[in-house]
Amino acid sequence: MNQKKNEEIILMDENGIRSDGRRWDELRPLRMEVGVLKRPAGSALVEMGKTKVLAAVYGPKEIHPKHLTLPDKAILRVAYRMSTFSVEERKKPQPSRREIELSKVIKEALEPAILLDFFPRTAIEIYILVLQADGGTRTASINAASLALADAGIPMKGLVSSVAIGRIGDSIIVDLNDLEDKYGDADIPMAMIPITGEFTLLQMDGIVPPDMFEKCLDIGYKTILKIHEEQKRTLRERYLKIKEEVMSNKKPRREQR
Amino acid sequence: MITEIKKEIISKIQKYSIEKLLSQGKRLDGRSLFEYREIKIYANPIEKANGSSLVMLGNTKVMVGIKLSVGEPFPDTPNEGLFIMHAELTPIASPYFELGPPSDYSIELARVVDRAIRSAEMIDLEKLVIIPGKKVWMLNIDIYPIDDDGNLIDASALGVIAALLSTELPKAEIVDEENGVIEIIKDETTPLPVRGIPSVVTFSKVGDYIIVDPTYIEENVSSARITWGFTHKGEICSIQKGESGGFKLEEIKLSIDVGLKKAEELRNKVTNQLAKNPRGPEVWEIIFGKSD
Repeated sequence: MNQKKNEEIILMDENGIRSDGRRWDELRPLRMEVGVLKRPAGSALVEMGKTKVLAAVYGPKEIHPKHLTLPDKAILRVAYRMSTFSVEERKKPQPSRREIELSKVIKEALEPAILLDFFPRTAIEIYILVLQADGGTRTASINAASLALADAGIPMKGLVSSVAIGRIGDSIIVDLNDLEDKYGDADIPMAMIPITGEFTLLQMDGIVPPDMFEKCLDIGYKTILKIHEEQKRTLRERYLKIKEEVMSNKKPRREQR
Repeated sequence: MITEIKKEIISKIQKYSIEKLLSQGKRLDGRSLFEYREIKIYANPIEKANGSSLVMLGNTKVMVGIKLSVGEPFPDTPNEGLFIMHAELTPIASPYFELGPPSDYSIELARVVDRAIRSAEMIDLEKLVIIPGKKVWMLNIDIYPIDDDGNLIDASALGVIAALLSTELPKAEIVDEENGVIEIIKDETTPLPVRGIPSVVTFSKVGDYIIVDPTYIEENVSSARITWGFTHKGEICSIQKGESGGFKLEEIKLSIDVGLKKAEELRNKVTNQLAKNPRGPEVWEIIFGKSD
């Protein structure tokens, strides 16, 4: 957002190649895995380039403190935390204002997808830990949390998928890394439930003219569908593996570890 | 850990009547869907602050004060002054606010307004430098909602903008540049270096309808909220979707189109109101009235 910094750091060369060698619409290497942790009801690890995020889901479980109980639906609790070593300079372990705001927006991004009225008087808890941050931690967190929810068997309208769209000068870019997030002209993280077509997270930092913003939304829509496919593939792979193991009378993988 | 925001329970029959009215293009208080409540802005009601404002958006009242101090710049931006925004939601504004550490809602409120003002580059931060790398002006902007009848975000943003426009920057003379010694001359002041006036426009989704400037009751029956920040040139400079519902693509596009028009309207409101309204202690009598 600062012009002077833009001149020093070249985010996109004349051939339209970005600082990490990607084209404008190319995602970073995406890796997703579900059921990575033993104790939580559901868990997932999502890597978007160097960004690595772990999510765990507990519940439906009893609520403490009790006065938060809702008679007609479950409550959703989300804690987004960054590890102290996830960033260049050690992050203080206390939750920052940024982490509290992100916990809130991530909760609100996931909540429309979850059928909370199936479990009145209970809590569903999501814990997110950023192991390494290189831009797009909230989008990776949402992707991981929605996989972990599915892994925990929590009924949902659909998976929530998320990506950030950005702007460097006149070009729109997809899935920003830390450098592009800091020195690009805009960063628009968004999340959607592809099955219902609802946007459940939309934020922005930076400046975008309105007509270009509509283009960003359309590109975000298409990119989110790609991530959604990858999430579905990850889940399918995991559960087909379990199915095979059960069919061949082997112990499921989770028990073996 | 983020849990539910405490909300008032609104009866289903009231929710139904609100939605039915919306289907006829009307709202409980007689407004149309894309109409703001009456806005009154008062500049400098607090003499001890360097800049302050009181905004009345219908029955919503927000007070904003700015205190200046001299501090060190952040190491990565040695040639920029800085501002810090903070919002405090106390029970004076609503029975649903509690004392104690800042709630997630108050943090979100401060950060959403902060992002809009910062992204729009309303203040020329480079002009707040006294000695590069050593001494810069720090603006502590504090938001105190005093009556919450809905849409605290827009009211707070108007308040911050008005307070910034009314802030007077004292003259700082360099005594010893090497050791960072300066002298502040309080009597010689200049207005803050303002580039342009941004606007913040918030929409709520009630049933299938998108409305601007929700009241407290409308907020309680709404499923989702979206806030747009616009620069003075009409570019989008910040967005925040809030609450636990979603928006369809068409609904987002509709809110940009309406938001752009409303942004213009708000900008004119700020300049007009600041130009004509009284300043200082006179304001108190207008706002709270004389006790009989």
